Amino acid sequence: MATEQSDTRSWQRPTAFYNRYVKWAVYVVIGAFLLWSAWNMRISPARAAQGWTAAAELLGGMFPPEFTPFKTDLLIQGLIESLAMSVVATIIGVILSIPVAFMAAENIAPQPVYWVGRGIITVSRAFHELIIAIIAVKAVGIGALAGVIALSYKTVGFFAKLLAEDIEDTDAGQMEAVEATGANQTQTMLFGVVPQVMPRVVGLTIYRWDINIRHSTIVGIVGAGGIGSTLLNSFDKYDYDFFLTIVLAIIAIVMVGEFVSTYIRGRIQ
Amino acid sequence: MTDYQTWERRTPRQRLVRYVLILVTLVAAAISWRLLQINYNYVGSAPVEFMDLVNRMYPPDVGYTTDILGPLIETVHIAILGTGLALLMAIPVALLGAENTTPNRPGFVLGKFIISASRSVNVIIWALVFVIIFGSGALAGTLAIAVRSIGFCSKLLAEAIEEIDTGQVEAITATGANSIEAAIYGIAPQIKPAFIGVATYRWDINVRASTIIGFVGAGGIGVELNTSINFFRWQGVLTILLAILGIVIFSEVTSAYLRRKVR
Amino acid sequence: MLSVTDLQKTYSSGDEALKGVSLEVTGNETVAVIGPSGAGKSTFIRCINRLTEPSGGSVELDGLEVTDLSGKKLRNARRDMGMIFQEFNLVERLTVMENVLSGRLGYVSTWEAFRRKFGGDDVGRAYEVLDRVGLEGHEDDRADELSGGQRQRVGIARAILQRPKILLVDEPTSSLDPETSRAVMELLTEIAADDDIPVLINIHEVNLAEEYADRIVGLRNGQKVFEGTPEGLDETARGQIYRGEEIPEETGPKRSSAEETAEDAATQEGALRRG
Repeated sequence: MATEQSDTRSWQRPTAFYNRYVKWAVYVVIGAFLLWSAWNMRISPARAAQGWTAAAELLGGMFPPEFTPFKTDLLIQGLIESLAMSVVATIIGVILSIPVAFMAAENIAPQPVYWVGRGIITVSRAFHELIIAIIAVKAVGIGALAGVIALSYKTVGFFAKLLAEDIEDTDAGQMEAVEATGANQTQTMLFGVVPQVMPRVVGLTIYRWDINIRHSTIVGIVGAGGIGSTLLNSFDKYDYDFFLTIVLAIIAIVMVGEFVSTYIRGRIQ
Repeated sequence: MTDYQTWERRTPRQRLVRYVLILVTLVAAAISWRLLQINYNYVGSAPVEFMDLVNRMYPPDVGYTTDILGPLIETVHIAILGTGLALLMAIPVALLGAENTTPNRPGFVLGKFIISASRSVNVIIWALVFVIIFGSGALAGTLAIAVRSIGFCSKLLAEAIEEIDTGQVEAITATGANSIEAAIYGIAPQIKPAFIGVATYRWDINVRASTIIGFVGAGGIGVELNTSINFFRWQGVLTILLAILGIVIFSEVTSAYLRRKVR
Repeated sequence: MLSVTDLQKTYSSGDEALKGVSLEVTGNETVAVIGPSGAGKSTFIRCINRLTEPSGGSVELDGLEVTDLSGKKLRNARRDMGMIFQEFNLVERLTVMENVLSGRLGYVSTWEAFRRKFGGDDVGRAYEVLDRVGLEGHEDDRADELSGGQRQRVGIARAILQRPKILLVDEPTSSLDPETSRAVMELLTEIAADDDIPVLINIHEVNLAEEYADRIVGLRNGQKVFEGTPEGLDETARGQIYRGEEIPEETGPKRSSAEETAEDAATQEGALRRG
């Protein structure tokens, strides 16, 4: 029987890298980098042990969450401000992003305009909302206005990018058909493109509103209004009971927002 | 008989619904705007203030670059270690939270609980918590990023695990392999593309996040940015912002490359 | 030698898939299990290596009672039964070689398996088996790059690499075109003869069963309604298996139908030898 005589051919799994040496070199580099990172953290047993006690103290300090009337008022005020910020920022952001989206759609915009549109989107997406918020706070002072500016700014990057992709995906035939009737450019946009992307605009707006609720709860940490300021206050005063209350409230409002947004988007489809 | 003279795009009911929705939106916007009690003077002066800031920022302080190199590297460390830790912990959580691999009902519930607990708290809040526990520094930041990312990674991985072809796992089991071997040969290859996708996508998010956790003392370039802003060193601020832009674009390009590479 | 006694399976839905089936498979014979869909063919095969847990009865492989086993002992029993699947069930994203070597997973440690570290002997045999099923040179292809027939050959190679005491084959040809089906059946009977092991095949194409099997078993509604040689599978038997006819009343055109199939096979054979 042929299978009885064993031959000693060996087999190596083909590698995704150019050869095995490259593979090992890549692994060694990754390993070294991770070690370097870990070493930079300065993790020592003493620190870990101290961490445990601190964690226990923190948990002890947190329970039970605090619900005194005064604190509840503060909490509700903060939450309302956050919600209001999210609504205003979403509307301003969406209004600003629609022209940007048309600018950044390759099939509509001329080259230079396209690159400007793309540039706006990239810069808006690159920075975290807190960075924008902290700068806005310096520019216009502490308060909700800074938060609205930060959130609107972030909305533009997100909304314009997705909407531009939708515009690029629109059926060129419909646009040409409208153009063929002798419509001018604005009319072509209105009848050829807008009807195709309108449902997406509504869906995306609600989706972004959901995201803005999340963000509006934290921009206060750098002074840009909303529940975040209350959170940072409680944290600075070692008021951990209230800290937990606020965190729970934030989780609740974020979940409600997500639920509402999913529900409405489900209905629109 | 059809009336050819007038044509309406929508039925009256549809139009009514649309008007009501638009009205609700407008009212919500108006109420919200009132609630914010924004000072109109500030709104009016905002563009001027921003132009002023921009003027003060330009040109960026090139000499500052060497000073921020350390914090920048720390930022990347935080993002990488945070993502790595999250992925390590996400694998067991995903196995718990996927309907077809979970060992039992309580395990499934635990998996789902970890996923939603981690996802519902923002990274900056996690950073606050870990700064209390471990003191300020990169360790707190790394843990914050890791803990925050577990939920996201586990959720997507669990979804990928639920979609695998069980026949492949079954065939491996039929050869007499144990369950770990069945996971290595039957499950792992099937979720590998999803895993790489999740890892690179989350790495992208985490690079951005690791630039801001410094605001609450959790290490990285955020600490430096916060100080510069507080001391009104605007030219330095622009240098940092450009550096952040650089890292973010770099990480986006890297992760896009990796995603293309793994098919 | 495989000996199945009174095997029963009732699914949690209350569906009785097997109502006590007994069967012996010995030597190097090829036994084909035929029957309409839903007759319990797949359940039967899967209950033997316990991919599906039987609810009653016994399965003995070389005197070892399989239904009582668990853990390591069950895995060792599974090593002795090579299984080939209808949808091939290859790990699509792994290479052909990894798929074939996975037949040795029962014999290597988990750590070795993780590192794809198989004994030199295993790799050598894997190459031989690949040659034998006609896939030389394909070892580094990914399984999802292969055609259906090639995939089934990989599936067969994986099963033979286990050095099984029996091959369990579940509908090997229903995802393949007729030509490839014959080639696969030929390969399976060849292996049975060369390696001196029995092959138990579920198959719904009766003509293939008649052509390649030494013995045919007919299942209907979870019960064995026929067992005999391919020649014994007359119209009466077919009636029992496929239409549930109780009493052999009708003496219909059984000869002519048997001849037809034989002729059919003969004409196609020449062209298909190559496969």
